[in-house]
Amino acid sequence: MSIKSEKGEVLLDIKGLEVEGFSDEKWHDIVKGVDVTLRRGEIMGLIGESGAGKSTLGLAAMGYTQPGCRIKVGEVNFDGVNLVKLSDAKMRSYWGNRMTYVAQSAAASFNPAHRLIAQTTAATLRSGNFSKEEAYGDARELYEALNLPNPHNIGERYPHQVSGGQLQRVMTAMAISPRPDLIVFDEPTTALDVTTQVEVLSAMRRIVENFNTAAIYITHDLAVVAQMADFIKVLRYGKEVEEAPTRQMLSDPKEAYTKSLWSVRSLKKKEHQGGDSILSLNGINASYGKAKVLYNVNIEVAKGTTVAVVGESGSGKSTAARVITGLLPQTAGTVEFDGKALPKELCDRSKEEKRRIQMIYQMADTAMNPRQTVSEIIGRPLEFYLGMRGSKKTARTIELLEMIELDEEFMQRLPSELSGGQKQRICIARALAAEPDFIICDEVTSALDQIVQEGILKLLMRLQKELGLTYLFITHDISTVKAISDQVVVMNKGEVVEQGQKTDVFKPPHPEYTELLLSSVPEMDPDWLTNLNVGRSSG
Amino acid sequence: MTQGSDTYSATGEVGSVREKRTFWTRLKIDLKKSPWTARIGMLIIFFYAFVALFAPLIAPYGQAEVFPTPYAPWSSEFIFGTDQIGRDTFSRMIYGARNTVGIAVATTLLAFLIGGALGLAAAIDRSYFDQALSRMVDVLMAIPSLIFALVLLSIFGSTILNLIIIIAVLDSTRVFRLTRAVAINVVVMDYVEAARLRGEGLGWIMRKEILPNIMPPLIAEFGLRFCFVFLSIAALSFLGVGIQPPSADWGSMVRENAKMMIYAQFDPNVVLRPLLPATAIALLTVAVNFVVDWFLHKTSGLRDEH
Amino acid sequence: MHPVTKTVLQRLGLGLATLFVVSIIIFSAIEMLPGDFGQAILGQAATEETVAAFRRELGLDQPPYLRYLQWVGGAIQGDLGTSFSGRNASGIDRSRAVVDLIAPRLWNTLFLAGMTAVIAVPISLALGITTALYRNSFYDRSVNTATLTTISFPEFFVAYILILLLASLYPVFPSLANVDDSTPVGERIFRTALPALTLTLVIVAHMMRMTRAAIINLLASPYIQMARLSGASQTEVIVKHALPNAWAPIATVIAFNLAYLVVGVVVVEVVFVYPGVGQLMVDAVTSRDIPVVQGCALIFAMTYILLNLIADIIGIITNPRLLHPK
Repeated sequence: MSIKSEKGEVLLDIKGLEVEGFSDEKWHDIVKGVDVTLRRGEIMGLIGESGAGKSTLGLAAMGYTQPGCRIKVGEVNFDGVNLVKLSDAKMRSYWGNRMTYVAQSAAASFNPAHRLIAQTTAATLRSGNFSKEEAYGDARELYEALNLPNPHNIGERYPHQVSGGQLQRVMTAMAISPRPDLIVFDEPTTALDVTTQVEVLSAMRRIVENFNTAAIYITHDLAVVAQMADFIKVLRYGKEVEEAPTRQMLSDPKEAYTKSLWSVRSLKKKEHQGGDSILSLNGINASYGKAKVLYNVNIEVAKGTTVAVVGESGSGKSTAARVITGLLPQTAGTVEFDGKALPKELCDRSKEEKRRIQMIYQMADTAMNPRQTVSEIIGRPLEFYLGMRGSKKTARTIELLEMIELDEEFMQRLPSELSGGQKQRICIARALAAEPDFIICDEVTSALDQIVQEGILKLLMRLQKELGLTYLFITHDISTVKAISDQVVVMNKGEVVEQGQKTDVFKPPHPEYTELLLSSVPEMDPDWLTNLNVGRSSG
Repeated sequence: MTQGSDTYSATGEVGSVREKRTFWTRLKIDLKKSPWTARIGMLIIFFYAFVALFAPLIAPYGQAEVFPTPYAPWSSEFIFGTDQIGRDTFSRMIYGARNTVGIAVATTLLAFLIGGALGLAAAIDRSYFDQALSRMVDVLMAIPSLIFALVLLSIFGSTILNLIIIIAVLDSTRVFRLTRAVAINVVVMDYVEAARLRGEGLGWIMRKEILPNIMPPLIAEFGLRFCFVFLSIAALSFLGVGIQPPSADWGSMVRENAKMMIYAQFDPNVVLRPLLPATAIALLTVAVNFVVDWFLHKTSGLRDEH
Repeated sequence: MHPVTKTVLQRLGLGLATLFVVSIIIFSAIEMLPGDFGQAILGQAATEETVAAFRRELGLDQPPYLRYLQWVGGAIQGDLGTSFSGRNASGIDRSRAVVDLIAPRLWNTLFLAGMTAVIAVPISLALGITTALYRNSFYDRSVNTATLTTISFPEFFVAYILILLLASLYPVFPSLANVDDSTPVGERIFRTALPALTLTLVIVAHMMRMTRAAIINLLASPYIQMARLSGASQTEVIVKHALPNAWAPIATVIAFNLAYLVVGVVVVEVVFVYPGVGQLMVDAVTSRDIPVVQGCALIFAMTYILLNLIADIIGIITNPRLLHPK
């Protein structure tokens, strides 16, 4: 996005803002003294990892705090008025009128009981400046501008009747409908698939540009913020790390922390051909009840390699993993492991077969029993598969902890006493304890902050080299695929669209779906979205 | 890891990591933060437990021992006087703690044994077994439990054993539903799937993976069910179809002395005779409810409830 | 078929099925009686012929399914059999039809329950909603502690406290609620005041706590925050955004508690010697008068099932997902 040449007057001026929240019977600082200056028509990108306080800051910019939070000190000057000092009734005259909000989960943020158009125009009509016909007509025009299908009638629908990507665009229409001076976008595309995200992003950017609205765009995704913002503010632990215009920030970050965020995607693995096949799926069909989810899936995995299975939600990539593990018996086809067909049902498989295939989950939080200590979690497979007891088991547990770069000190901790990355490491150690040949990694990094992701990926790659492991890496994140895989399998709607060596798959020409998927992944280039839209509309 | 540092290490990684605490320090901290209602509740529960356990040692007379003077006033000999046929009210109050509370505890335990085990099994094995049990419970719960208890008691007669079994079975339906509901939330967790993939047996999964994680709601429910059972038994006894004489029991003690209440203007003593056992019942349920309320508040981690 | 109609019909079918199973359970009560119960009812002096005649009258010589059909058929036509009481060894039968025993009392019980509901429902909804809105205020905390205490009290305890205060020490209301058909409405309300008040106190506590929980749950939805951030006032948030989604939980709360009333009336009727179905049932249980117990149980169970059914149906017809299918 081109930086606007003429900047307007200052619209939002936040000075020394501190917000605190109440938990565990104490007040904790969430935002610790942040300044923001935003001019009319400008878009500020607010990025940071989970817990950085970016959402809290975004809401505070509207003078709002979530229940259980409060503004401790500081000023939020909006068009010359300090919002912190205003009464509730005065505040309400700003909300939904001069400043609006776009939430992350559109499905939960719409009232299930009202029609979309009524919700789109509710705030606009409250001001009393427009008739219902005017507001409804305007909403329909906005729907059209946002590329919503059937813009004249979609407003008559109820929230549960339209898709997530469409709802997010309706919410953007709702935000723009009163023609506000400021819109706060709070991770509006995080819950969407990449191919949907591109459409929503384009629509949002177009509309914000058209009306020259100032906006705060909150996200954890650098590539997304690069498309949207004029300037970027990096937040960490509730404090500002640095702020700079988008291009400058991307090409020349000053602070070490920002650099570390930027460097994550530089991880590269040397592609590997691999030896004999260790696992092959032959003509797999599978279904949940009556719904078919896999259609004739064939996947080959060579010993000692990493095969990445990519696809969006509903592509069947996780179902394929469930078939391999025996949790979901296939309706047709065979799973061959090390030259032998595996029984369909988990209960028919031998202990040895179960031991050799291990699984690591996306959410380390729910993958560990919260009532068991680290030593129990890692010790159980040692005891169960290898019959280790007593000091031998303890010694091996410590060895495993060292392998995953943690130490003995962690033995007696409960999962709640670990950080996100540490939890995932313990899950890796639990899988390693079984001394497996084959590990299924199901979106293992997608719940983690970028800097932690890198650590986990590096660890997995090191372990592969040392122990000769084979990985089946399920993910929706193309940059992860580029970083770690040898072979790539692209899945869509239960079918394998393409598979092969990484370099071959990423080299054009692509099958239609792969092309769509690859081109939809935002890049760290502020002109990416513009170029993509030009390319797509001409092509 | 200090803020702003750019080197990364797994051991130094911090998040919203809680401090490591042992069970006892956690308990101590919790008790220190407990509200006054919960503290009083706990004191009362301990007191009742003590009285129930040592009833024969504390009570001056036997529960069925009859003295020549009925309706004796309060005195040093008969602390709360005697009842309509001359039994010592104070002794009967103490034995009442043993009978009423003891039977209620036994009934609740039995209800949890039945309902808990079946609920857990149904949550793990979501097939016909679960379907059949759930439908059966639906039907049983379609009849108000007090009414059902009355029907069953009219058939089988009001013995203490019948009372315990009937109420326990009727109440186990609610325990079943709760156990099943909370266990289902745990069963879908990845760690249970991980245990299954490892090849663990049903028993191990039930005991080690699920049970420890559903204990808090079950403990709270135990308190609430106890209150309910305790009140049900008291109500049945009050109606004359519960614990039968000569066993001392608070519900029937209220019943025996209640009719005199209307003469309260003339003799304050007649008020106290039914009110003593009624207060004893109410006090215990209030105490248990206060403790459970605090426990629920603490374990549910309601972030919005500040 | 419209999904709402379909779901409602499904629920109705389910309700009927439940009622069917419940009626079998209640019917089988008489099956489970020990073999010599005829002797026990007619007295030790009864001859074998009178006992045999009595068993024949009950149809015990016929197979159970046939008797069940007769019993259900009778029940549908308003015939619940005859009471065991009033019979004696000599074979003289002064027993009365169960329906004649229940009918006048059923009206009394419904009157008491209805009067309670009229007082209790608005009070508890108001208390529940206001405490949810002013959560953690002093008002909320005191109402909470008070209701937590009240739900811990046995009904008869509340009843006797009220008798002590309002009938004995300050005689405002009568302590015995003896009414009959000829009692005029005003007098009836006056005499029923104390039992109704007792039930109200007990039920308001439950209903208020459940309403509060339901509303708090609702107010935590992201769309409520969204409504606030679009400038809606507190009243608008409640009326336009929370209420349309609150009907289902509120209906459930009300039905649950009215059903609870069914149980509550039994104890309260005994305390106040109120001539209702509950008292009749307790007397019948004591004298093991099975046909009367069956009749009362059937009526209580029917009310219970019906109330839950109504709550379910309200939940269905206010659910936008069912009203406006994809």
